Amino acid sequence: MSEHEHSEHIVSPGTYLVIILTLLALTGITVAAAYVNLGRFNIVVALAIATVKATLVVLIFMHAKYVPQRTKLVIIAGIFWLALLLFLTLSDYASRVDYRGVRFPMSQNISHILNQHG
Amino acid sequence: MHRTGSLYGQFKTLEQQKDTATLGMWIFLVTEVMFFGGIMLAYTINRHTYFHAFAVGSNTLSLPLGGFNTVVLLASSFTMAMAVWSAQSGKKQLISIFLTLTILLGFVFFGVKYVEYAQKFHHHLVPGKNFDISYCVDNPSKCEDISAADLERERGEIEEAKAADPNLNAHAQLYYSAYFGMTGLHALHMVIGAGLLLWLLKGSLAGQFTAEWNNPVDIVGLYWHFVDIVWIYLFPLLYLIDRHK
Amino acid sequence: MRTQPTGPEPQMPEKHYLNATYGIRSWLLTTDHKRIALLYLASVTLFFFIGGFFAMMIRLHLLTPNGYLLSADTYNRMFTMHGVAMIFFFLIPSIPAVMGNFLIPLMIGAKDLAFPKINLLSWYVYVVGGMFTLWSMVNGGLDTGWTFYTPLSTVYSNSAVAPAVVGVFITGFSSILTGLNFLVTIHTMRAPGMTWFRLPLFVWAHYATSIVMILGTPVVAITLGLAGMERLFGLGFFNPAMGGDPILFQHLFWFYSHPAVYIMILPAMGVISELIPTFARKKLFGYHFVAAASLAIAVIGFLVWTHHMFVTGQSTYAAVAFSFLTFLVAIPSAVKTFNWTATLFGGSISFDTPMLYAFGFLGLFLVGGLTGLFLGSLGTDINIHDTYFVVAHFHYIMVGGAVMGYLGGLHFWWPKITGRMYPEWLARIAAFILFIGFNFTFFPQFILGIMGMPRRYHVYPPEFQIYNVMSTAGASILAVGYLLPMVYLTWAAFYGKVAGENPWPATGLEWKTQSPPLTENFEVTPVVTWEAYDFHNRPDLGLDVPGGHGPRIVAPAHGDD
Repeated sequence: MSEHEHSEHIVSPGTYLVIILTLLALTGITVAAAYVNLGRFNIVVALAIATVKATLVVLIFMHAKYVPQRTKLVIIAGIFWLALLLFLTLSDYASRVDYRGVRFPMSQNISHILNQHG
Repeated sequence: MHRTGSLYGQFKTLEQQKDTATLGMWIFLVTEVMFFGGIMLAYTINRHTYFHAFAVGSNTLSLPLGGFNTVVLLASSFTMAMAVWSAQSGKKQLISIFLTLTILLGFVFFGVKYVEYAQKFHHHLVPGKNFDISYCVDNPSKCEDISAADLERERGEIEEAKAADPNLNAHAQLYYSAYFGMTGLHALHMVIGAGLLLWLLKGSLAGQFTAEWNNPVDIVGLYWHFVDIVWIYLFPLLYLIDRHK
Repeated sequence: MRTQPTGPEPQMPEKHYLNATYGIRSWLLTTDHKRIALLYLASVTLFFFIGGFFAMMIRLHLLTPNGYLLSADTYNRMFTMHGVAMIFFFLIPSIPAVMGNFLIPLMIGAKDLAFPKINLLSWYVYVVGGMFTLWSMVNGGLDTGWTFYTPLSTVYSNSAVAPAVVGVFITGFSSILTGLNFLVTIHTMRAPGMTWFRLPLFVWAHYATSIVMILGTPVVAITLGLAGMERLFGLGFFNPAMGGDPILFQHLFWFYSHPAVYIMILPAMGVISELIPTFARKKLFGYHFVAAASLAIAVIGFLVWTHHMFVTGQSTYAAVAFSFLTFLVAIPSAVKTFNWTATLFGGSISFDTPMLYAFGFLGLFLVGGLTGLFLGSLGTDINIHDTYFVVAHFHYIMVGGAVMGYLGGLHFWWPKITGRMYPEWLARIAAFILFIGFNFTFFPQFILGIMGMPRRYHVYPPEFQIYNVMSTAGASILAVGYLLPMVYLTWAAFYGKVAGENPWPATGLEWKTQSPPLTENFEVTPVVTWEAYDFHNRPDLGLDVPGGHGPRIVAPAHGDD
């Protein structure tokens, strides 16, 4: 009793070509951006571009745009669980007070947090 | 359970078989996401804690080689997608051609990786007793593959980093633990992928894949694209830390 | 009181999966899910004995407060290897790999699982992992605790950590492959008419379990992989001397190991969901809620792992958040417990052995679950963390819960697996012995914990001795309770009374085929037109369904045993 896939959508070579060129361009942008001093945002930009690239690969090369709902749920669940692992663990680290001499943004005592602006 | 042609005995129809195998591969890829996710977490914590060491470590990697490898893998994803397209379109000969191209690109990647790893061994940058982040800076004659200008830059970086982090050498080992751990795990997955591609090539040369039945090409393709996605993240995370200095 | 419907004496079928082919190769190279289930049964039973041996050593040693029997180092090895054997090699595979493998295709009307060869591979992976771990056990042992905390495990321990870590790493893949197989099978291989909400709750439970296996096991794999790398090659993620972080190990480890406990209990809950309707002859109360609760446990179970780390220097914020989530995960378990109990109300209850185990489960899981709340509360946890209170809590759940579910299921489906019934009265006596032995072993440990006896210590203050002696005495009774089924179930497999297709009778699809089943399970693919546990609309079961007012079904007349 498999869920019925609509007749197979074949992605054209033309589309693949556009995607690969986009990916290469984005790679170039990533490298170029690394040479610009954006401070704390270098990593944000790098990961954002990587995520765009990954999304293109998943949607087009891996046909995720055309798969049934169930498969989309599997993909989202995987990404969500990775986010859970990272986010919840980092939230423990971030909330510890001065752990191992490393200061996370929140690792100050309560009065500082109450007095700070955001 | 016996097989009739492409249809395995536990299935009723080829459609069900294809559906099942594809779902199976996607779920397997989710396990891979969590597998790499664990080491990504370790990387994240350590990079935050030892930012200076990670920056120094990252700058010892060859950006041209890393960038080249990124291009190679992206191209291999393209050729893999084209192999799937060829199978879906019933163009049997093209399948073999694109599979071969994908395999060749994979081997180019391995070749570059080998060069990089060999470099690290020679430069005493493998975690362990002999690890020394300042080895090349202190012994320029032993590291002739690095230009004098680059060595100067590195010396400056190391001095600046040591001022911020007196234990730089120990913490730089953590960077290299992440480097070898992540790229090693990735390379292992590529080796498995290359093996799967060779198996596919064998089937393709025997004419097994038709427009009606090409699911194995499809699902190996999914695996290969996933391995590419891992590298898409590895490249900026390992090669592009603090490059603007 | 066996409830055999009246009729002619059943005969063993001529052809079935056990005699379809002969020879060791036909077993070691089988792709039949039922044979693979039996391969697993043999291996998990072996590891149960191994874990039991270490348990015996622990309890013998703890008879005296001064550490008379074993040295501290040896004692560390005993409790470590007890934990490793029982958790990774018995509890986690037990119900899924034995009963899930055997029953899921039958319950959904399929010929086999989606990936029969991967199923066989999962067993071999388990065996290879087991061999590495056994090697570790006999070549220096393991003394780090089953939790492998760093840097003891990665740097300072003098025991055989590396092979053990490799062994557990490998066996994790067995779990992943099993979970993958189940998820895909349940999605794509159901027979016509077997909609999601007609599935037995045993299947729902294994679906939820498989989700946990898929999402959690890879994380412990990479964690142990990194720990192994640290031990063998000096990588430094978890070693403070190199700037590494033991807390990172704990996070990564518990991210899996907490959901792992749900891998252990969800399948047992699935068994209970089959036993109670069958032996109360009544539809399960709140089917949809029980199915949803299984999924809820699987999901919420991933959000609570830091409650193992309350005393590691967490901030109040993090601790409160995880304590709250820990309370939250208790709710779906409570829903299930309520629903099982509500199923009994107005039912026609008989006390066959599987039902005795189900009742045991209900009481013991309740105690275990409620004591988890004391551990999840921050104020109390500070005092009882790392004491015998924790040990008692998890044994009530894992032994009182999961193992009771395992034994109940084994008894319930033994006639299906072997075609023969076990001896009912002996089985009931064994169940009572087990229940009594279990409580004598572990209830004193709650008291010890509250009094302050730490866990994993090889000596203790003399005032604790009376409870330790009680616990050891109980353990010896418990051992008898375990040995008896091993003996009589084996005997029954060859000489028990022939069971027939549906001896209980029960409503699942697995009972609509011969016992033991054919290799392909069904002669003709069934078409399902009935709801789960629908005793009232199943005339084929031969039950006496009263007309008129009242839903009570009369339990069939007692059989002649």
